[in-house]
Amino acid sequence: MYGKKVKLRVLFLFLVLITLVLSIYLILKSLEENVVYFLSPTEIRNLAEIKQEKIRIGGMVKNQSIIINSNEINFIITDLKNEINVSYSGSIPNLFSEGKGVVAEGYLRDRNFLSATKILAKHDENYMPPEVKEALGDK
Amino acid sequence: MLANQIGYYSLILGLISSIIIIPISLKNYHQNNETIDRKIFSLSFFQFFFVLISFIGLVFSFINSDFGNETVYNNSHTTKPLFYKISGTWGNHEGSLLLWLLVLTFFIFLFLVKSKSQPKKYRILTLLFQQIIIIGFFIFVLKTSNPFNYLFPVPKEGLGLNPILQDPALAIHPPILYLGFVGSSIIFSSSLAAVVQQYISKSWAHHIKIWILISWFFLTIGILLGSIWAYYELGWGGFWFWDPVENVSLMPWLSLTALLHCILVLEKKTILTSWTIILSIATFILSVSGTFLVRSGILNSVHTFANDPERGLFILFFLFFLIFLSLLIFFMFHKNGNYEAVKINFLSKETSILINNWFMMYFLSVVLIGTLYPIFLEVLTNEKISVGPPFYHKLILPFLVPFLIFMTVVPYLKWIKSEFIKVRIEIILLFTLSFIVSFLLFKQFGFESLVVSILIPFTFYLFLITIKDLLSKNKKNFSQKISHFGFSFLVLSILLNSIFSSEIIINLKEGERFNFEGGAIIFNSLEENNGKNYKSIIGNFEISNDKNQSIKLMPELRIYNQPSIVTSEADIKTTLFYDKFLVMNSVKNNEYFNVRYQVKSFMIWIWISTLILAVGGLFSLTKRLYEK
Repeated sequence: MYGKKVKLRVLFLFLVLITLVLSIYLILKSLEENVVYFLSPTEIRNLAEIKQEKIRIGGMVKNQSIIINSNEINFIITDLKNEINVSYSGSIPNLFSEGKGVVAEGYLRDRNFLSATKILAKHDENYMPPEVKEALGDK
Repeated sequence: MLANQIGYYSLILGLISSIIIIPISLKNYHQNNETIDRKIFSLSFFQFFFVLISFIGLVFSFINSDFGNETVYNNSHTTKPLFYKISGTWGNHEGSLLLWLLVLTFFIFLFLVKSKSQPKKYRILTLLFQQIIIIGFFIFVLKTSNPFNYLFPVPKEGLGLNPILQDPALAIHPPILYLGFVGSSIIFSSSLAAVVQQYISKSWAHHIKIWILISWFFLTIGILLGSIWAYYELGWGGFWFWDPVENVSLMPWLSLTALLHCILVLEKKTILTSWTIILSIATFILSVSGTFLVRSGILNSVHTFANDPERGLFILFFLFFLIFLSLLIFFMFHKNGNYEAVKINFLSKETSILINNWFMMYFLSVVLIGTLYPIFLEVLTNEKISVGPPFYHKLILPFLVPFLIFMTVVPYLKWIKSEFIKVRIEIILLFTLSFIVSFLLFKQFGFESLVVSILIPFTFYLFLITIKDLLSKNKKNFSQKISHFGFSFLVLSILLNSIFSSEIIINLKEGERFNFEGGAIIFNSLEENNGKNYKSIIGNFEISNDKNQSIKLMPELRIYNQPSIVTSEADIKTTLFYDKFLVMNSVKNNEYFNVRYQVKSFMIWIWISTLILAVGGLFSLTKRLYEK
């Protein structure tokens, strides 16, 4: 029938295929569980239901909205159409300021309120989140 | 103005040299002599020389703050210190591409000079493939990102360099990283040339290994520098964030590391030829893709800098062209049948290197999918997502366990075939020791996750084994032992760092005190200072512990005048076993300062072990050069 070499080859190929399928499956599976969705305040307003999973919200920090005390920072993220209140305790990036782009990661309490666990601001002073740019462009 | 014009025309001369080199090389290729035409050497040198002149021209424009040059205007300012005026040359898109080009032309010239013992046709073909890449980059620079664009009327003052880039580590990070990236272009061209010439052989492997080592060394150091910079400048106190921009530098590193192991096999036996070629191509494609992903602005990253879609499109086309070209050559010319029929035994170094490669490819696919999936999803469904550290940790950590076990066993296997390892008393001893140490650690502190608890003893074990190897009298494979030691040390430091680090984040006013378990943070006072191009606010902090010992930490806020950006400079007290890291931020000129205090364990060992890892490669390189 087939030589030993052919059999070995087939076995090898088979093993490679199996591991390939397994690892791809594993990667995609945990991808499903570990992604964080990125939404704008408007999209949140239009959400059908509020899930208990981590999300990111991008937009601009509304002017005159930052309130700070010893263990918390409260502010409002806006995409110039809709707004959302954010409460956060943790470290703040340098470029975080009113009128600048911001990304907040955390859990939605309701459609108006995000309890944030992380705040990211972009490194470039000229950077504007695409959502804000779109919103500004619409006007 | 003069430097600017010289730079521009010199760049065009560089492109013209490329166009002249190609027909001459083709003519020389078909001649039946064994020497390369002197003209080719001179032309290649002149090409490098022209690009160098062009680069120096740009550096001069930066030093003289010639704001008639658009690139200088966008990225420099008269009050900037000289050092950052110079480093600003490659701190921007246009200049960094000119640097790419400079290294590309330098490396191919070096390759021509240093490969005299290789067949002529192979050398010329390598030159030709490299020229294709070089021409691509010339057109890219001249068409979409010309560093010598004029501005009229000439502005009085520039826009300044992003202050977070005004930093010594980041000044040398891009050039070092590029040496690694561009070094892989030589590997790419050379492997394609070798495929066409049917020259994938032991001697080819021996010769290309130098280039692999060079790229690998610089890539490792480049990533290390970026990581150190992120640690103290970004104020998050971490060294790796699984940010897409970091991932794109890790991907070529993983495939290059696989290649580095693979080429060791090819050096001994003519097997794994196709795989070696695929890795060579993949490494370079990943390097160019990295440039594409970062520069096109496709990545939704916290590092995102301003960018331009036209550039992205060009690199994308160029990338497809390179992939198409290399696949075409691979399938047209590569013949597997010509090589000696060899059996691979299961218990040999070859198999173990295959296993190493399997792991590398697995890690690579995790990073690749984690980085690219969000982009595809956004294009397909318009949903925006981000993939964070949990994803990578979940997929990489469990597989690190078998990987570490293999690393402890494998160096004991011999080439071709080896007996089962004789179990030695010392190995058992070390194994028991590492388990006892881990158990004690576990009892004392308790680890969060199961995976980490399993990972710790094996890491300890590998660490002890590699130390034993390093100290053994047998100096064979010494460079490998250094690198493997560095790697196990790195994994150990990262694990210990993640277990023992702690942090406190609090908003404090001047004069306030915050008590935490085992100590207190006291915000004594604020003072103001003036730097060359910034004003700084320095906070005087005191950290005291319950034994009434205290240290002073003085984090700083820098308010740069142009562009007007606030950066915070962390104050870090480094000791052998931990770093004390304090950073403060102001929010909206409020009297409250956002203070982040961290104790980072074994931080310095993460840097040192990575350095040891890289030095292993350097050692192998110098040994090779010395032997010649």
